[in-house]
Amino acid sequence: MKNTSVKKIPKKKSEIWIALLFSSLWIIGFLVFSLYPLIQSLLFSFNQVNVTPTEIVQTNVGFENFRAVLFDDPDFRNALRTYLIQMVVYVPIIIVVSLVIALLLNTIRKGKGFFRTIFFLPVIISSGPVIKQFIDQGVASFPGGQDVINIDALNTMLPSFMVEITTTFIDSFIMILWFTGIEILIFLVGLQKLDKSMYEAAKIDGASSWECFWKITLPALNPIIVINVIFAVIMQSMFDLNPIISKIRADMYAVEFGFGYAAAEAWIYFVILLLVLGIYVLIFIRKPSRKVKHD
Amino acid sequence: MINMWLGKLKQFFTRIKPTLNKIGRFFRRLWEKIQVFVHWFLFPSNDRRAPVVSVLLIFLLIIFSFIYIYPLLYMVSYSFMSAEDVVDPLVKYVPTKVVFTNYVDALKTLNYWPNLGGSFLVAFIPSILQCGANSLLAYALSRFNFRGKKVLLALVLLTFVVPQQITMIPQVVLLSKLKIIDTIFSYIILTTFGQGIRGAVFVLLFYSFFNQLPKSIEESAKIDGANAFTIFLKIAVPSALPAYILTFLLSFVWYYNETVLATLYLGNDITTLTLQLEVFKSAYEAMMNQSGSTGKSINEAIYMAGTFMTILPLLVIYFITQRFFVEGIDRAGITGE
Repeated sequence: MKNTSVKKIPKKKSEIWIALLFSSLWIIGFLVFSLYPLIQSLLFSFNQVNVTPTEIVQTNVGFENFRAVLFDDPDFRNALRTYLIQMVVYVPIIIVVSLVIALLLNTIRKGKGFFRTIFFLPVIISSGPVIKQFIDQGVASFPGGQDVINIDALNTMLPSFMVEITTTFIDSFIMILWFTGIEILIFLVGLQKLDKSMYEAAKIDGASSWECFWKITLPALNPIIVINVIFAVIMQSMFDLNPIISKIRADMYAVEFGFGYAAAEAWIYFVILLLVLGIYVLIFIRKPSRKVKHD
Repeated sequence: MINMWLGKLKQFFTRIKPTLNKIGRFFRRLWEKIQVFVHWFLFPSNDRRAPVVSVLLIFLLIIFSFIYIYPLLYMVSYSFMSAEDVVDPLVKYVPTKVVFTNYVDALKTLNYWPNLGGSFLVAFIPSILQCGANSLLAYALSRFNFRGKKVLLALVLLTFVVPQQITMIPQVVLLSKLKIIDTIFSYIILTTFGQGIRGAVFVLLFYSFFNQLPKSIEESAKIDGANAFTIFLKIAVPSALPAYILTFLLSFVWYYNETVLATLYLGNDITTLTLQLEVFKSAYEAMMNQSGSTGKSINEAIYMAGTFMTILPLLVIYFITQRFFVEGIDRAGITGE
């Protein structure tokens, strides 16, 4: 015992240095190319930034940029509205569809690889320009969706935001599906890892497959669902065609806005994104279940 | 009179009673059979599944996969249509005659082969480098215990959540101060230091992968006197090979598809296929004006041919390597934590 403890102390000390050596590349990169730009853009957001060929001129304007983005910019508000509606529509559909497909895939024996290949395919090709082409051609929408559901009739029946949610759903149904690739694979991995003996025990107690799904599969999958929700929210928020991102990109080089304004927009967007993420995680995360009381 | 009729009725009933009973029993038994069948159909027992259910499941999956690849099918079919077919409302899915001129035009507009080279260059080098810094950090996080480990993990998650739009402009300013903006070196520098596209995803991937590898081999190597870097190179890297392949492939795909960063960091130095696809229409018109044939205007079919040619290299790569994608995610155990 004594021998090992003596040996361990010098080892521990050198371990820190080795660990630092291993992570040094990333840490330097983070400090220089992520943290410094973060601080810089925070500074930008409080300034009016003018770029001349030789240098960058900054004039301090305080919170003016933030105020302007939040209160004086109808374009930003519209983009934000579209973004939030997308978040409300996309994320639950992505989660439900990918779970259903993963469950289906998990039950079949033959042809699993073939179907997996197809469902993962969109991940490979869904880049901004390609998806834009599809949306322009109208292939992205629910096939025949416009014929089945009468938008004008809906307008008279439902409040406007409900109509908007419905139309978002129909217009981009396939595109939503196209974002489920990675989630399906993650769910599949999770399903394969579930403990088989639990199901056997439940079957002996007379539970049906339906009950097994709600009482065993779903609770056991909860952490994976949360991971997928986080993943879906982030991927959607970072996607090129995201309305706010396009707006920020356009404003960066616009004469009347500039870097400072765009930086303020980006920071506001970041806060909103964190809020959306937080709300979703709170909705989907399950509190650890209370201990069962034995009478 | 009534009594007589009642008697007759009674007689009649007593006569048909056995038959009625038989019919009743038959229906009851049928109902039971239906119940059993429905139960078997919906909730088949673990080891024995109704063939109907299997067929139904596969049928559902086929419908789903059709919806998934519907845009692709549409695109391929459209890309072979002649200009008349595109305008004709009667021709909806299948072209009346197969035309290849769209592809000729699209290839010319995309300036295909040079830009394909550009795409591969821009995707290949950063993807190799993405494997480096990210896996080193993940190895440090997974194998060593040190103060600030949790902080480091939190920072990784921070880079995952921060929108690129925040850091983009200062990064560009910084890179132009280093005089490497508008060249491939801007990508190279960023990925060498682990700040490439979605680097955090790869750090987490490697992290969970290394966590799953048994430590015993590395410990015995340590006792034999191997230093940490030899252990990393000789033991950890080979056993985490699926993670490396997955990182390379995903990163390749993401860099290939990238347009926002490419316009900012690569400038006019390197053009990629996806960048060219963004300006497809104007490129097409410019090309037509140059060649003097102004008569042909752009149509959907040419668009679709161009889009298909842009994603075709990725499709080929995917179908060759698809098992690595699945295997990597399978074994990474992202679900482990």
